[in-house]
Amino acid sequence: MAFEERRLWIHLAVTVIVPAAYLVFILREAQDTAVAEVAYQRPLLTAAVASVIARIVLYLTAAALWPGYARLRDQRDREIERRGDHTGFVTMSGFTVIPLSLTLLETSYFWIGNTIYLAFVLSATVSSAVKLVAYRKGF
Amino acid sequence: MGRTTRVTNSIRALRLARGEMTQAELADRIGVTRQTVIAIEKGRYPPSLETAFQISRVLGAPLEEVFQYPDPGTRR
Repeated sequence: MAFEERRLWIHLAVTVIVPAAYLVFILREAQDTAVAEVAYQRPLLTAAVASVIARIVLYLTAAALWPGYARLRDQRDREIERRGDHTGFVTMSGFTVIPLSLTLLETSYFWIGNTIYLAFVLSATVSSAVKLVAYRKGF
Repeated sequence: MGRTTRVTNSIRALRLARGEMTQAELADRIGVTRQTVIAIEKGRYPPSLETAFQISRVLGAPLEEVFQYPDPGTRR
């Protein structure tokens, strides 16, 4: 497995696990109060920062475990990255219609903030999935 | 996993004919990962023109011998 592919698995795992933990936290908090009333700001920022830190730590760990592979990144890696990033951008752009609509409807900040976060998560997930499929099945 | 390009190649045969050169050795000599060489050999990734020329040079064979492209209308 190419190092870039290992990196993608790490990226995808963090992209799924951290927001899932955030969702569980929000749902637990929502047991005692209305969902839109939940104090989501601190947990959301914590999830975002935790994702970045987890990725950095795991990438560095992977690079230490497979030092030879980490440096080599070729044209195929770059083409796959470009294709995945493009798909992620399209996903993000399309999904942003939802928070934009919520803003126009002047709904609560909770839903606006969380749909934007969801757009980021979906974009990263789709982008990683497209890249992994390209590595596995070609393009 | 199927082919994703109409470009076919004889890299594997030429590698074996050139003293059983390994995929890793070929990858090292043209500056790509072994996974990329595998993907090219299996027709899952069409290499750039520059990489194709590099492969051709390392294998010591003309480009047309290393890569083939079927005539229009020819089924794969």
